[in-house]
Amino acid sequence: MADIANVHGGNPHSDGGTRRDFLVLAGTALGAVAAATAVWPLISSMNPAADTLAAGGPVDVDVSKLAPGQQIVVMWRGAPIFVVNRTPEALALLQKPDLVDKLRDPDSQVHQQPTYADNWHRSADPQFAVLVGICTHLGCVPNFLPKPNPTSPSADWPGGYFCPCHGSKYDLAGRVYKGVPAPYNLPVPPYNFTSKTTLRIGENPTGVAFELSSVQQM
Amino acid sequence: MASTTSGDRPQNRFVQWVDYRLPVFTFLNHELRDYPTPRNLSYLWNFGSLAGIVLVMMIASGIFLAMNYTPNDTLAFESVERIMRDVNYGWLIRYVHMNGASMFFIVVYIHIFRGLYYGSYKAPREILWMLGVVILLLMMATAFMGYVLPWGQMSFWGATVITNLFSALPIIGPKIVTWLWGGFSVGNPTLNRFFSLHYLLPFVIVGVVVLHLVALHQHGSNNPLGIDKKGKQDSIPFHPYYTIKDSFGLAVFLLPYAFLVFFYPNFFGEPDNYIPANPLATPAEIVPEWYFLPFYAILRSTPDLLFIPSKLAGVLLMFGSIAVLFVLPWLDTSPVRSGRFRPVFKWFYVSLIIDAFLLGYVGKHKPDATLFGIALPTIGWLGTLWYFGYFLVILPLLGFFEKPLKLPTSISEAVLKKGAGVASGAA
Repeated sequence: MADIANVHGGNPHSDGGTRRDFLVLAGTALGAVAAATAVWPLISSMNPAADTLAAGGPVDVDVSKLAPGQQIVVMWRGAPIFVVNRTPEALALLQKPDLVDKLRDPDSQVHQQPTYADNWHRSADPQFAVLVGICTHLGCVPNFLPKPNPTSPSADWPGGYFCPCHGSKYDLAGRVYKGVPAPYNLPVPPYNFTSKTTLRIGENPTGVAFELSSVQQM
Repeated sequence: MASTTSGDRPQNRFVQWVDYRLPVFTFLNHELRDYPTPRNLSYLWNFGSLAGIVLVMMIASGIFLAMNYTPNDTLAFESVERIMRDVNYGWLIRYVHMNGASMFFIVVYIHIFRGLYYGSYKAPREILWMLGVVILLLMMATAFMGYVLPWGQMSFWGATVITNLFSALPIIGPKIVTWLWGGFSVGNPTLNRFFSLHYLLPFVIVGVVVLHLVALHQHGSNNPLGIDKKGKQDSIPFHPYYTIKDSFGLAVFLLPYAFLVFFYPNFFGEPDNYIPANPLATPAEIVPEWYFLPFYAILRSTPDLLFIPSKLAGVLLMFGSIAVLFVLPWLDTSPVRSGRFRPVFKWFYVSLIIDAFLLGYVGKHKPDATLFGIALPTIGWLGTLWYFGYFLVILPLLGFFEKPLKLPTSISEAVLKKGAGVASGAA
């Protein structure tokens, strides 16, 4: 309504300029906040939905059905979980100095497992290995080759995991060998035994807080 | 504020460096700062940029909905419910998108009726206007296909009814319908192609909007007086004067939009669309979305015309109601643009608005209902005749019989003459 010429420079008094500056700054700041507020739901919607999170709940496995030396693979949160009923011979092999010398991280120094698997057998119960079956190199699923073999997949194979993609080798506790592309041991998921025969994958024993996402590398 | 331009050339050295290689800043400067805009635009001129902003909001929310939507007849309904219940803020994104369609049409209809009153379709803006009609058609197709995607009862039966319109065409009609369906009825292939096209068409709209803007910037905006700019004193730079006015208008517009989304998200919706599609049970009443109601009324109310059966006649007149807008620039014979200076046109214009609402009422209610004791199909037919009469009879004749008021000599003169003079048209 006012004379147009007046709009250009604002009020000829000196306070007019600062008032306009304040309005422009405040308006721009509010606009930026509004834009961020509007964008947030869009970004958030790309995170796992409630049903996806619910589907990532714990999975129960009856381990009494496992024969000695047998492995089963359980899907949990879209990842293959190896569950192995290790024989006494296999456990003895894990402690042999010959083998331990060839391993990159035999004592599980790197955080790839919960505290209850911070040991030479990398498990809560020495008999049962519970491992995330994803190679720490580039994410392939390693093959389970428990029997010793003089030539295949490599010379003097003592039994363990062999990744078909780039030849990474792990022992039956998921400990990685030296001189292979994979840098870390296979991760261990959170789990506990709710009874003598029931393994619950995805839930820690009471009193322990461990998230699989906290490991050095999946 | 202190960054870019005080004169013609950018001051910031980085901006200069980029601009020398890719003249985006020169372009923006030319189209926003140098772009002379009539100094007398009213708030009715906000609705063009508002429509553009709503288009961007629809595309943004739609892209995120598509990340969680499944275009399959057994999964679509579930996936929409999952968006509502499980996806983070899915309910918000869907309600913004759903109500955004209604808000989009409100904005665009006001935009169109503004153009109708102020003669924005007249020379030299005929192509600008026709591109706008193309955008309207694309919007209608996009909105219709989007409404089918949730695969509720209204989605399914709306799709059935609208696609069946084409069966009215002689000889090739049934073949076209089968082609549209990709089967013997509305089904999974139909849903899949509707999703594909619903994703594509908004980007086609963006393309036509760019052409619409190129055509607009060729001769600049029309204005409430409908007279051309005669010199510098008639215009002000688009930026900052109209950027700030458009921003303010946007803030005001977002208030009712947000109110709808947060308090009455299903105000414009049909409860039946929360029932999964069932090809064996037609809902008691099939009502299109409100923005299609006047066209639906034309479709339903048209009787047999000579040798043309009513079904085909209704389809032809419904499409004709849009087609007539294409030739509007040549139907209106008056050389005066603004309705302010057309004392007779003004009243016919009001009658067109009333007619649009009347047709909307007819489209909303069952065909066996009455209004003022008159059967709705009769009212609908009269409304249809009035709609076409306005464009095909009244506008061509008014140019010859109406004596327009005296036009102001320039925009600045009219603007600077304070008081009631301009607004009342008594000047």
